[in-house]
Amino acid sequence: MTQLTRDDVLKLARLSRLALTDEEVDEFLEELSSVLQYVEQLTDVDVAGLTPTSQVTGLTNVMRDDTVQDYGIARDDLLRLAPATQDDQLKVKRMIG
Amino acid sequence: MSQWLPIAEIAAKVQAGNLSAVELVEKALATIEDKKDFEAIIATTAERARERAASIDAAVKNGQQVGALAGVPFIAKDNFLTFGAQTTAASNILKGFDAPYQATAIQKLEEAGAICVAKANLDAFAHGSSTENSDFMTTKNPHDKTRVPGGSSGGSAAAVVLDMAPFALGTDTGGSIRLPASFCGAVGYKPTYGLVSRSGVVAMASSLDVIGPLTRSVEDAAAVLDVMAGRDQLDSTTIERDQTAYTDLSGDLQGKKVGVIKEYMSDDLDPAVKQQIEAAIEKMKQAGAEITEVSMPSLPLALAVYYIVCPAEVSSNLSRYDGQRFAFTDPNATNLEESYSNTRKIGFGKEAKRRIMIGTYVLSSGYYDAYYRKAQTVRTKLIQEFATAFEHVDFLVGPTAPGPAFKIGQNAHDPLQMYLTDIMTVATNLVGIPAISIPAGAVDELPVGLQLMAAQQHDRALLSVAKATEELLV
Repeated sequence: MTQLTRDDVLKLARLSRLALTDEEVDEFLEELSSVLQYVEQLTDVDVAGLTPTSQVTGLTNVMRDDTVQDYGIARDDLLRLAPATQDDQLKVKRMIG
Repeated sequence: MSQWLPIAEIAAKVQAGNLSAVELVEKALATIEDKKDFEAIIATTAERARERAASIDAAVKNGQQVGALAGVPFIAKDNFLTFGAQTTAASNILKGFDAPYQATAIQKLEEAGAICVAKANLDAFAHGSSTENSDFMTTKNPHDKTRVPGGSSGGSAAAVVLDMAPFALGTDTGGSIRLPASFCGAVGYKPTYGLVSRSGVVAMASSLDVIGPLTRSVEDAAAVLDVMAGRDQLDSTTIERDQTAYTDLSGDLQGKKVGVIKEYMSDDLDPAVKQQIEAAIEKMKQAGAEITEVSMPSLPLALAVYYIVCPAEVSSNLSRYDGQRFAFTDPNATNLEESYSNTRKIGFGKEAKRRIMIGTYVLSSGYYDAYYRKAQTVRTKLIQEFATAFEHVDFLVGPTAPGPAFKIGQNAHDPLQMYLTDIMTVATNLVGIPAISIPAGAVDELPVGLQLMAAQQHDRALLSVAKATEELLV
């Protein structure tokens, strides 16, 4: 039975880029553990000889010609959505110290 | 009695100049305003709708062909990118987002003359079974304001039953069209995976997500599906449509082989709901259907598979909300790392956070094989059991939900209990088959839904049988 620890929850939050409050850590600790315990009923299911499925209609690679198609969306339409831009580029916080 | 004629009749009258699109849009907007206390609608697209209606009326006057859905107003779940209003997915992180393009489904409906009049409420990012996870408001059930409409397409289902428009669009990842259809008393159609393009729809779990209509009748659902179905270059998971129109519904139940899903008729089913479902099946039998019982032993595992696969895909899809490219960003962050984690802390609601973390857990190194890979393998087992079932029967039947609409707040503090609401709907998404919920009576004045399923790409056959069944249940 999986019982997560506070450290587990904090690690998951870090991997997920989510800042959590102390109360949220406690709450998620309990809730995530109960969901994981529920899904653990799969542990003992016999799947010998079966392969995993990730695509259900049997499509494989869907190819098209590598040509530019105009869908009527201009660069400015997309840049306008960004919180900050400069010289036609997205502006983000400094990432190298 | 509905104020709306069947969709095909509305379109024919608009095309003939006997009904005006402008008046239809005004009627829809007036009803939305009149019933706003149900909180089914996040925003209207009134200005754009009025302009489109006027241009459709003008086109008719000029003798032009407008399309199969000429002048028909509709409501889109707010996870469809549309012009005319923001697209929020009922989430704080997307609040204020003006879509730079429209979903393919919306484009196709507009090309056929339909007019989007409003955006419907949902559980934020479609995570939920009640609309209580909306970051904005909880939609009320049209039959009882103290109860939920189901979810996640709860706003869409309520809007149709409240007569705000002839149809609404929903998305269904684990039952999000069928469950609210069942709770509100609408028809809810989940097509075969890939039959309708998802381009321009906010992604939840990409191997499961489908788009479909919520309507007042099976015939109306077929009319909407027929316009939306087919390949789309912008969604490489789309499949070929039927060459025959999905509106070409024919036949009765005579000789149809229908399997009653044993695992869905178990003790977990509300006895009063069970009675309604059994009565509906009896009517199908009297109409000539060959009814047998079908057992799929792995079916009770479907929900566990779903609550691994779905959060895993959710955690990937929601990683794009990082506060850098679009939508909300925390203005007070001092570095990039803080910008990511504070933006997501403020912008995501509890359920999104839960699913992101569960998904991150089951995909993380050391747990991937035990959870994600195992779930995807049990999924194969489910697919095989459904395939075996469809060797013996053409259709499967059972309830849509284990009970009628529950009280607002009843499951709010127990996520696992809330997840169990989806126990009869998730399997079809994991297997990719089409399914429909149609009204089948009521329990204490709360609607009950009958669920019918068919093999992949048998959408037209399923709609035909659903229509024949619907006629028995009126």
